[in-house]
Amino acid sequence: MKALILVGGFGTRLRPLTLTMPKPLVEFGNKRMILHQIEALAAAGVTDIVLAVNYRPEVMEKYLAEYEKQFGINITISIENEPLGTAGPLKLAEKVLAKDNTPFFVLNADVTCEYPFKQLAEFHKAHGDEGTIVVTKVEEPSKYGVVVHKPNHPSRIDRFVEKPVEFVGNRINAGIYILNTSVLDRIELRPTSIEQETFPAMVKDGQLHSMDLEGYWMDMGQPKDFLTGTCLYLSSLAKRGSKELAPISEPYVHGGNVLVDPSAKIGKNCRIGPNVTIGPDVVIGDGVRLQRCVLLPGSKVKDHAWVKSTIVGWNSTVGKWARLENVTVLGDDVTIGDEIYVNGGSILPHKTIKANVDVPAIIM
Amino acid sequence: MSLQIPHREKANGSSGATKAVILVSFVVVFNVRIWLTPTSKVGGASRGTRFRPLSLDVPKPLFPVAGHPIIWHCLTAISKVPSISEVYLIGYYDESVFRDFIKDSASEFPNISIKYLREYQALGTAGGLYHFRDAILKGRPERLFVLNSDVCCSFPLNEMLKLAQDKDAEAVILGTRVSEDAASNFGCIVSDSHTRRVLHYVEKPESHISNLINCGVYLFSTEAIFPSIRTAIKRRTDRPSRLVSYPSSENLESSFMIDDDEESQKNEVIRLEQDILSDMADTKHFFVYETKDFWRQIKTAGSAIPANALYLQKAWQSGSKELAPASANILSPVYIHPTAQVHPTAKLGPNVSVGPRAVIGPGVRVKESIVLEDAEIKHDACVLYSIIGWNSRVGAWARVEGTPTPVTSHATSIIKNGVKVQAITILGKECGVGDEVRVQNCVCLPFKDLKRDVANEVIM
Repeated sequence: MKALILVGGFGTRLRPLTLTMPKPLVEFGNKRMILHQIEALAAAGVTDIVLAVNYRPEVMEKYLAEYEKQFGINITISIENEPLGTAGPLKLAEKVLAKDNTPFFVLNADVTCEYPFKQLAEFHKAHGDEGTIVVTKVEEPSKYGVVVHKPNHPSRIDRFVEKPVEFVGNRINAGIYILNTSVLDRIELRPTSIEQETFPAMVKDGQLHSMDLEGYWMDMGQPKDFLTGTCLYLSSLAKRGSKELAPISEPYVHGGNVLVDPSAKIGKNCRIGPNVTIGPDVVIGDGVRLQRCVLLPGSKVKDHAWVKSTIVGWNSTVGKWARLENVTVLGDDVTIGDEIYVNGGSILPHKTIKANVDVPAIIM
Repeated sequence: MSLQIPHREKANGSSGATKAVILVSFVVVFNVRIWLTPTSKVGGASRGTRFRPLSLDVPKPLFPVAGHPIIWHCLTAISKVPSISEVYLIGYYDESVFRDFIKDSASEFPNISIKYLREYQALGTAGGLYHFRDAILKGRPERLFVLNSDVCCSFPLNEMLKLAQDKDAEAVILGTRVSEDAASNFGCIVSDSHTRRVLHYVEKPESHISNLINCGVYLFSTEAIFPSIRTAIKRRTDRPSRLVSYPSSENLESSFMIDDDEESQKNEVIRLEQDILSDMADTKHFFVYETKDFWRQIKTAGSAIPANALYLQKAWQSGSKELAPASANILSPVYIHPTAQVHPTAKLGPNVSVGPRAVIGPGVRVKESIVLEDAEIKHDACVLYSIIGWNSRVGAWARVEGTPTPVTSHATSIIKNGVKVQAITILGKECGVGDEVRVQNCVCLPFKDLKRDVANEVIM
């Protein structure tokens, strides 16, 4: 089987992290975002993956080569010279996607969930029509495009309602699809949207179905959502009884959902959790309090610091008795001085912060 | 109006004073009067309201700064003047307020006798002196120091005395230079730079006159000061309407001895600054001693933090044995009361005072702060530019934080996002800050528990 991952642009919404690292390579739950997807696709029997990007991702090639070897798959990078929207890249990758008659997966790189590829392929095969999109239930459907089914049919889609004012349903497009190769004939090689153009046309012909997603779902375009997504991911690991999480019996674990790379060092009298990811080579001092945060590889949190709702970038240092909160994001190699308070600061790479950031601000 | 001095003190005092005054020619009147707020009435109970919330539980003169009551620092300076044997405290407070302090000071300063003279009615700084003139003049002292207790400085009394002797002065005032913007908030002195004679004195001028300001410390010859006050009283009685022409004091922030306008028009209220000094500059042999050393007013509660820092620095420079020895976790100067418990992993200083029986837990950070008696700071908490009230509790990983004000600034509030807020965070008596809670630029009145993060607020 084949798959296409819509990576798109530079991931500006996830800056300052993406100033250093292309979004697919940012570690999410101590694993690069793209690897979660490749792993799940490979497990579902996918052998050919296309990454649809619109920039030249030199740094990615090395990792992708590694993954090709690791999973025994082919990864192609498909570069758009101009952004082609969400459907155009499929046409651009037609060579790979249409190399045989099996259907192919499409997924948005920003989405995290328990990827249901196997189940999706079976479901798709069972109804026999051209396409299936994964849908997830949300509490506030009015913010999204809602999927409405044909009366008396459990999965065939009748229409899409963009940001409904009245309640018409609570299932939204989760950004994961399986499509027959015939769908490629519906797409022209130009900037075009799969949601706005391709799907409505398929709906008209009664060719598009939906499948409900089990468990969590999050679109991680922004740091705030990246943190929320991490919490959901860690909770899901906990629910599945994953051995990856630090056991509750560890004295520093507080409230569970703590993921610690084996190479990280943790000091005495720390209280860590819930929902903390500690990456490789991270060093945590004594008496540190961490909750709802992500410490990326090589970062350092010194003694007695307090960190909440924060992403600590690669090789960054948080000073003693510093306090970071309210979606603070430290880029690569940022230094936060001792006793400094940062409230919702977005700190660009290689900066040293010596004065409090009292209100949310971007520190250039 | 009662003028009684408690009998016990009177008996002790008069024998000591007589003896002392015969041998020595100086008396110090050490004024501990607290300013009245603009709304308080004569004889009202309002005291030190601008020092709230801390003065709700202790009178300002007894508030501990660098490990000792504010007036202890004045007394220490006084005790270094060999010829002083008597000190009077004048104030509105009940006699019982200073009883313990006077008792403790008697053993600590065996060479000076300390008595408290209670005013039952607001008389003004000069009015108070005049009212107690019989007690003060007993033994016919030649000179008289008058100190305001809400001043934090090095009190160069010997230097002032020497100047008085050299110049055969009738009055010497301690002056210091401040920035031009700040000057008009104080009493301004115009002096002859060569002779140091005071040519002109204006309390809080509306326009810029001089940046040499009144520090609130005076040395008078008894032969000059009492007749001057008598003249002022007489002038008031003859022409009571004269005061109406005085500019009203709009800025109450930083002047000495402000009484409200209503009071100032009462005949009894005679203030040194408004009613005496200006005349003395015209008519008397009046000089200024300019200190190059530190000087701060202790007005609002927040100003205790710079005062604490300045007195600790002074103690450190003079090699005081009272201070905690410097180490990796003690950044000098730090004062720790012998009964306080400070965990060895806690990092303190600079400019930190820890009061009796206070408990500082492991991994705590305290900087530029005062931790009062019986307060507890739990592990890994961080306290910066703050005052932690008596019996207050700061939770684990909590952060209690104020904002430093510039060294040259005499203000205790700062402008944050266009709003005036307290620079120093103050927790009143028996307040609680929950684990991991952050309190920034707040003043918290006694007996409040803070369970959520707060910033830039006064918590009632």
